[in-house]
Parts: sequence; C-alpha cells; structure tokens
Amino acid sequence: MAQLPSWMGLAPALALGLASLVLLLSDSIDPDTTNTPALAGISVVGSLVALASAVGFIIGGTGVPTSEGGQGTPVLFGGQLVVDQMALFFMVIVASVTALVVLASYDYVSEHSYQAEFFALVMLSATGMTLLSAANSLATAFVALELVSLPSYALVAFLKKNRGGVEAGLKYFLIGAVSSAVLAYGISLVYAATGVLRFDGIATAISSGTIQTIVDGSVQAQSGEPAVPMSILGVGILMVIGGVAFKTAAVPFHFWAPEAYEGAPAPISGFLSSASKAAGFVLAFRVFAVAFPIGDLLATGGAINWVVAFQILAIATMFIGNFAAATQEKVKRMLAYSSVGHAGYVLIGLAAVSASGEGLSFSISAGMSHLLVYGFMNTGAFLFIALAEYWGVGRRFEDYNGLGKEAPVACAAMTVFLFSLAGLPIGGGFFSKFYLFQATLNVGAWSLAAALIINSALSLFYYSRVVKAMWIEEPTGERSIDSYPMGLYTAVVGAAIVTFLLVPGFNQVSEIAFQAAQLL
Amino acid sequence: MWVAALIAITLLGAGVVFLAPNRYAGKLAAGISAVPALISVYMYWVYLTQYGGTGNALLSPGDIAFSQQIPWISLGGLEVSYYVGLDGVSMPLLALTTILTTLALVSAWTPIDERQSQFYGLMLLMEVSLIGVFSALDFFLWFVFWEGVLIPMYLLIGVWGGPRRKYAAIKFFVYTNVASLVMFAGLFALVFATDLTSLALPAMAEAFRNASGLPTVAGINLMTLSFVMMFFGFAVKVPVFPLHTWLPDAHVEAPTPVSVMLAGVLLKMGTYALLRFNFTMLADTARQLAVPLAIVGVVSVIYGAMLALAQRDLKRIVAYSSISSMGYVILGLVAFTPHGMGGATFQMISHGLISGLMFMSVGVIYNTTHTRMVGDMSGLADRMPWTVGIFVAAAFGYMGLPLMSGFAAEYLVFLGSFDAATLGGAAPVLTALAMFGIVVVAGYLLWAMQRTLFGPFAIETDYDVGPAAFHDVAPLAVLLLLVIALGVAPDLSYDMIQHSISPVLDLGGGA
Repeated sequence: MAQLPSWMGLAPALALGLASLVLLLSDSIDPDTTNTPALAGISVVGSLVALASAVGFIIGGTGVPTSEGGQGTPVLFGGQLVVDQMALFFMVIVASVTALVVLASYDYVSEHSYQAEFFALVMLSATGMTLLSAANSLATAFVALELVSLPSYALVAFLKKNRGGVEAGLKYFLIGAVSSAVLAYGISLVYAATGVLRFDGIATAISSGTIQTIVDGSVQAQSGEPAVPMSILGVGILMVIGGVAFKTAAVPFHFWAPEAYEGAPAPISGFLSSASKAAGFVLAFRVFAVAFPIGDLLATGGAINWVVAFQILAIATMFIGNFAAATQEKVKRMLAYSSVGHAGYVLIGLAAVSASGEGLSFSISAGMSHLLVYGFMNTGAFLFIALAEYWGVGRRFEDYNGLGKEAPVACAAMTVFLFSLAGLPIGGGFFSKFYLFQATLNVGAWSLAAALIINSALSLFYYSRVVKAMWIEEPTGERSIDSYPMGLYTAVVGAAIVTFLLVPGFNQVSEIAFQAAQLL
Repeated sequence: MWVAALIAITLLGAGVVFLAPNRYAGKLAAGISAVPALISVYMYWVYLTQYGGTGNALLSPGDIAFSQQIPWISLGGLEVSYYVGLDGVSMPLLALTTILTTLALVSAWTPIDERQSQFYGLMLLMEVSLIGVFSALDFFLWFVFWEGVLIPMYLLIGVWGGPRRKYAAIKFFVYTNVASLVMFAGLFALVFATDLTSLALPAMAEAFRNASGLPTVAGINLMTLSFVMMFFGFAVKVPVFPLHTWLPDAHVEAPTPVSVMLAGVLLKMGTYALLRFNFTMLADTARQLAVPLAIVGVVSVIYGAMLALAQRDLKRIVAYSSISSMGYVILGLVAFTPHGMGGATFQMISHGLISGLMFMSVGVIYNTTHTRMVGDMSGLADRMPWTVGIFVAAAFGYMGLPLMSGFAAEYLVFLGSFDAATLGGAAPVLTALAMFGIVVVAGYLLWAMQRTLFGPFAIETDYDVGPAAFHDVAPLAVLLLLVIALGVAPDLSYDMIQHSISPVLDLGGGA
C-alpha cells in the first residue's frame, strides 16, 4: 500500500471538523431546521469516521517508529502537531464519547430549537479535543484548548429557559476565562524562561540549562548561551498545573464542575466529564512527560518538583470528590462529584513517580487506560440520566425508585456503569483501577495507594444507592414511561456492552497505552 | 474445556431466562441448570475413576484435572490468565454448587411469585460466579468471580426478601465488600513484596513459600500481617465470631432458595478460600498461629450454638447453627492433620447439603403455614407427613447421627484435632469444648422439633395446612439421599479430598 501523506494523520480531527462545517453550512442554508435525523446523522457519521480512522491508524502502526516496525510518527506544521500513539489513543476516546453523545442527543434535543448549532458546537469542541491530543507546542495547545472550551460554555447554557443551566454556563465561562488567563500567563513565563514553545525545545532547554531557539525547525541554543532562569520557569510550570487542573476538574479548580454538569443538558454533562476531561489530561501527560522531564528538572535544582504537586492534588481531589459525592441528594450532582473523584484517580498517572523520575510511563499508561474505560462508563451513566430526564423522572435518588421494573434493560446497563465506576469486576473499571493501584505500589507511593483503596470503598456506597433505588425500592409516585427513545437506548446499551467487553479486552487497551506512554 | 462449557452454558442460560416470560421462567431455569449439574456429575465420575491420585491444584500443578490456561492480561510484568482446573477439594464443591442450584431453583417455584424471570436469571448468574470461584486457578480470575457473586446476591436479598430486606441486603453488601478490600490489600502487599510475575495460584503458592527477607510493618512481619488481613477478609464470609452479624439478618430476610444457596455454597467460599490461601499458600504462618485460630473456631462453635438456643424463628435457629458448624471447619483446618483438614473439607460438603436441606424444609413449612415461629404452631406431623419426616431426618443429620454425612465430617474433624501437633497441649481441651457444641445442637433441634412438629395440631394463622406439593418435597428427598449416601460411603469424596490435602501436610513447615 502506498504511503499516505503525513497530513492524513490528522484524519480524525479533519473528519470531526468537516462534520461541524457541514452542520454550520446546512444551518446557513436552512436556518431553524428541526430535521434532527439529518443533523444527528451527519454528526454520528463524522465521529464514527474519526473513530474508525484513529483505530485504523493505531492498528496500522502510525506513531510507532519505523525502526520498531511501525509507520513512523507524522510531525506536522514544523513540529506543532505530532500524531503519535498517545494522540491516536486519545482521539479514540474523544471520538467514541462524541459518537455516543450525539447519538443520544438525537432524542434529547428533538424538542428544542437551535439544533444545528447544538450539533455543530459539539463537533467543534470534539475537533479541538483531537487537536489537543496531537498538540506538540504550548501555542497550539492553548489554541486547541480554547477551541474545546468556547463551544462548551455555550453548550452548558444550551437550555436557555433553564435558569440553572444559564447560571452554570456563565459560571463555567467566568472560571474558564480566568483559568485560561492563568494558563496563558504560565505559558508566557515558560517561554520567557526557555525561549521556545515546542515541547521538545523546552525539554532541551531544561536539560542543557540554556535558553533555546528554533532555527529551520530544529532546536538550537541561543547565541551567547544564556542560562535558563529556573525560578521563572518554576512559576510558569505551577501556572500550567493550574490551567490543567481547571480543564480536568481537579482540586482546587473543581468548583465549576458540579454546577456545570448539573445545569447542562445531561448528554453534554457526559461529554464534558468524559471527553473534555480526557483532553485536559492528554495535555497534562504530554506537557509534563515531554516538556518538563522530572529527572532533568530535579537534576538542575531550583525549579519546581511537579510530582509532589500532583501527589497533593491527586489525594485532595480523590477525597474531596468522593466525600462530596457521598453527601449528595441528587443523582446528577452525585455523578458530577464522582467525576471530580475520578480526576483524582487519573492524576495518579502523574503522581506515581519515584523520586528519581522512574515509573512515569507506567503510571501514565494506567491513567490513559482509566480514561478510556471511564469514557464509556461515565458517558453511559450520564446518558442514562439523560434518559431519565427525557422520561421526566425527578433528580433525587428517591425519584429513581422502582425504575428497574419499568425499564429493565436501561437499568441493567446503568448497574453495569455504576458498579464499574465503583471498581467491581463487572466492567473495565476494576482493571483500570487495579492498574493505577499497581502503578502506585510500583514506586512505593503508599499514601496514594491507600487513598485509592479508601475512596473506592467509599464510592461503592453512593453508587450502590442508585442501584438500590432502581431495583430494590418500590416506586413512590405516579410515573408513566410511554416511549423508549431509540437513540438514547442505543447509546446507553452500546456503552454498557463496551464497558463489559473491556473486562476481557482490557489487555489490548493497556498494551497500547503502555506503548504510547513509552514512546513519548 | 469442561469448566469453560459449564460457565458458558450457565451464562447463556441466565441470558435466556432473563428474556423468558415470568410464567415459564422457573421451569426453564431449573431445566437449564440441570445441564451443568449433569455435566458436573459426569466430571465427578470421571474424576473419581480416572484421577484418583491427583495432588493439590496449588502444589502440584502438573496433575490438575480439567485444566485450561489461556493468557489474558499482562499488567506491567504481572501475567494474568484464564486458568481453571479442579482437584479433590474443588471437585466436590463444584458438584455441590451445581446440584444445589438446580434443587434451589425447583424449591423457588412455590414462594417466588413476582418478577420471576429476573429472579431465576440472577440465580443462574450467581451460579456462574460460584462455578468460577471453585475452579479458577488464577487470582485475578478468581477475584472477578468472587466479587461477581456479590451483586446477584445483593439484589436477590434486596428485591425478593422479607420485611427488612433493604437493611439486610446493604449490610451483607458492605460487610463482604469491605472484607474483600482488606483481603485484596493484604494479598497484594505480599505479591509486590515477592516480585511475582504471574498471578496463577500455583505460582503464588510457590513464591510465598520461598519468600524470605520480607519487610516488617510496625514490628510485624509482612507475612503475618498479610495472613491476618486475608483471614479477616475470608472470616467475614465464613462467618466467624465476631464478624458474623450480617448472616442472621441476611438469612432471615432472604427468600428460601436464596438462603439455601447462602448457607449451602456461599459460606463455603469463605472456608474454601481460607484453605487455599491462608492454609496452603501461607501454611507456615498458619501453623504458627494455630492456637489463636483454633480458639476463634471453637468460640464460633459454642457461641453460634448458644445463640441458636435462644431463637424462636426456625430460620434463625438454622442460621446461627451454621456459624457453629463453620467453626468446626476452622478447627479442622488449623489441626494440619490428615483427618483434621480432610474432615474440615468434608464438613464443607456435608454442611452444604444438610443446611440446604434444613433451610428448604423450613421454607416448605413456611410456604404452607406462613409462620416460622416455634410456639406459633404444633403437630405439623399429622398434616404434612413427608415434609416433617424429611425435616426430622435432616435434623438428626445435623446432630451427627451415624450413617449420615454430618457424623462422618464431625467425627473426622475431632479425630484430627484431638492430637494435632500444631495445637500442642491445647488440642484435647479445644476438641472437647467443640464437642460440647454438638450437645447444644441436639438440645435446640430436639426442643424446636418437639414443639412444632409433634403433639396435637394447632396453628396461629388462618392458612389451610396440608401436604406440600410434589415439586416442593422432591428436592428435599434428593438432598436427603445425598446426605445418607455420603454418610454410608464417605469415600465417595473423602478419598479424593485426602489425595489433595496430603500435599498441603507434606509441606512440613517450620513450626
């Protein structure tokens, strides 16, 4: 087979972007269209093409060096974008979640106006996420991050008549704007300290201790070899951590998450808490593993030890997210806080690193695997909430009483999601959590391991409340379920099947993740 | 292949039953579950005639019967595989599981009258996990099945249970899940301390046996710490005093067929895991801790029996006496003698059959009279002669009547523990104390039977009391025949148990 041009590596992002443009075009031709099947169809096709191409590239060996039998790693636009295995892995997560979300939205938005805008915004945001997966410089990362964020502010406030949703959107926007400013300032400080924005250039600057510049696409020391001001670099890194914490809804920038997830339409909550979180993490993994190598940072001294920062953040995020979730009375809000807790689990990916910087690729691959499993089980859970909202079931735990009698298939799927989220071996969540557990023990991070175990035990308590309500409690009030929306059902059941299949199939996921993390 | 077939057929059957209409679900489920039951009986026969001399699945992996191994997951240097196989300990337990499930499903026809397809589907799902627990030889696979038992059980108690079912279901769930986490943490502390590359149980057994230079945590050797954590985890399941409080609640609230599975098979998961992990993998530590463990066992025997004496609810009586019976298993295991360990394993099978029979009989009486309280009824023998006859026979089996399996099991346990080297001078005392438990058992069972079954007929409820239906009594008769068969010819399973126990004893041990 002839070698494809290297820009084809971006096919997943292109497919998503093209779909969003087609949607915008159709909207300008026929404004206020309510032809939901066509709109949702374009979106589903776009995301499935993205998914298929990303999976195809992974299997085909794109992103693996030719010396190891792969197809080589496409490096585009002078090193601004790089399509390696990690980029493709996260493109798979984003595309899968997007496909599920737009499929489910087919029923959810069919009663609302501005449908074309809804789907176009989702696809635009997904495009940003795929670009973020491949971003190889702080500049592209920032632009991609804004492409992710701006549509999501509007999406959170999509239900214009819902005051809670509008308020959540505004809050999300304000906190997002502040954190973008913090991130941009951090980027400028890193640039000032190292002279480059490309991740490999920053790494060279840190390891050599001299400010670098880029000449004809290759990194060189600046003339006169000025030294890197480590204290400025340290402040810059700290601010980048802040920006990442916002996007991944980690403590201490998690306050927006419960509001936004609760106020947003439920499919969007699933989209934000799964795909958007994954996009935030791919940025974090790449920046900290490639641009700020911990071994070199410690060797030079002076600059910040970000592993300790992430250890504190991980433990705090796990505990705050899970304890807050345990005290909630509304199911959606409980899931929102549990999503904060899961961000804490994934942060272990950057925290389970030994003092000499070993174990990073192992822990990152554990975090990646958890994000992939989480993409299905968490999106599925939020889509079940969407289904409940569609039926007019209330928001509290009691309102779910006896739902299992009326909708056994959907409730069985929800049971799979919840137990998998809790880490019982009924879904892939058990293995990904175990993988994280192993990563912590691998470097002897006992406090992280203990936090993981304690929080998993606690999480079972509040997840099982939903299961108990659905199956064990008797229905309290009058409720009649008269329709079974096809799109939502397909998405929920599909996500449940994948969550379950990740039990026997987890090996493939973890192997690809490990290889991707090693190739960084 | 055989084990995979058992799992696949049962799993497929569960799916079919979930989709079946409520009216046919019970008959369909019983019919489907007869297939794995027959297959496992055939496997048992093959094992009995062809594998007579195989060793222990953990200690001589070359000899495992029906074994199959397929690589599954590799997690950063830890190889996990689909690895199943049977030996003389797990084969009888597997047969017990499949046979008892079929009988329990039949016994459910009368009491379960709502959401039948979900009930029977969950029962079959639970059977899948139970088959897996007794046949898995890879820790990860085993743990998946171990936890997999929990979810169907939780729902079975919570949905179809009695008035306090929600409380009982949550209590069961929380107790056993916390226990699992403690056990998991304890085991993995050892796994990472010994640099294992495979989670196959034989490999773990070998690595733990040869482990040296283990770190100490807070002055305690890691091996001892892990042993205690794992013992705690499994002891909740057994259950052992003082971790038993979930059991009476779960039993009383659970519907009869679920109680049968709970007492008959689920409790054996705990003792089976103790035998496999604590007493085979960590045999040296178990020998060192034998005396305190034996005391725990004996206290369970006496305490369970005393509590049973104080109950009025027939189901509670049987539930508490199960705690007592499981105490004998602990006592037999710590003895580390051929008859002690063998008897303990035999007691698992025997108690599975007898307690299942007792719960089923109580269930049949309850279905007819709608009360289980001693004192609310008397003279049932006139009205339901077959049920009462079997109930009396079962009770005598429980008391240890010769020629029934309970006698053989308890006799062997006492024989083994009486001169156990591990217990030293305490052995005769502990054994004598445990024997006293049998006297108490005889006391409360005779008392309860005399008040409810004999004398002039009287009942406090308005229900019409007549003979039970054929399909209610038939499972009782089958179980009674099995109890008598094992009592008359214990070698049907005691022989293969001995073959698989002796490698554990041959480990020697430093103590």
